[in-house]
Amino acid sequence: MLLIRCPYCEEERPELEFRNAGEAHIARSANMAGESDDDFEKFFFIRSNPKGIIYERWRHIHGCARFFNAVRDTVTDKFVMTYKAGEPKPAKLPGASK
Amino acid sequence: MAKAAAAKAAAKTSASAASAERRPAQAGRSVSAKNVRVEVLPPAERMSLRAPEASVAALSKALGLTLPKSPKSSAVKAGRTALWLGPDEWFVIDEAGKDLLADCAKVSALHSAVGISHRNVAFTVAGPAAAAAINAGCPQDLSLEAFPVGAASRTILGKCEIVLLRTAADAFRVECWRSFSDYVFTFLSEAASDAAA
Repeated sequence: MLLIRCPYCEEERPELEFRNAGEAHIARSANMAGESDDDFEKFFFIRSNPKGIIYERWRHIHGCARFFNAVRDTVTDKFVMTYKAGEPKPAKLPGASK
Repeated sequence: MAKAAAAKAAAKTSASAASAERRPAQAGRSVSAKNVRVEVLPPAERMSLRAPEASVAALSKALGLTLPKSPKSSAVKAGRTALWLGPDEWFVIDEAGKDLLADCAKVSALHSAVGISHRNVAFTVAGPAAAAAINAGCPQDLSLEAFPVGAASRTILGKCEIVLLRTAADAFRVECWRSFSDYVFTFLSEAASDAAA
């Protein structure tokens, strides 16, 4: 079983307590009614689905119930790091060679 | 005339309220295995409390116990237990039957207090094999180093969400939703006999 670190509970918890909540850092337009159809499609449907590092929202639903962000490698399924919701995308990932 | 009718109606309501009988789910059920005993606990007053940082001091004063601020912790005072569930969320249990909502109603600071006394059913799992019995369906590390006495957490047991509180080195309080209580009790009974083997 994967252990995922919850930034609010400040410890690693079993994956059964968590639920994925889609890609992170997708900003909702402040003027949704003024969005063009193409822009709305990009916001609403189009996701990056990369092979490798992905930034995701996760929810500690059977724990503190908070949403947070996680950096995960889609190839190895390894969680690189997690950080609180609202915090900016980390500029440098721990253990990254570059 | 209207006043008398209203008084009569009120008397009727209070009479019917007084005759209402509370039938707690799983009342009186218990199971004993070699090293662990599972028992349903008597009804208690319960409250779900949510409040921002700025209101915590006032609420702690009104409730008569300090709301815990660190993850996975709890505070106990005079039959009243407050469990940290999230950064702005607490689960408060009063086993002495005092009205938790009335205490919170005196606080003017921003908060949300919801009475959930009848929503939950609580079990106690006690004995040397208590942790092993709960670990049959709960994936958390329940060793005394990771989950000491007083530690509390919302987590899962089998297919059901529970709130777990360690009341002693070999005793836990398991809170679950009333409609799941039959499942939880059966699960813990099976787990208890497995843990005894």
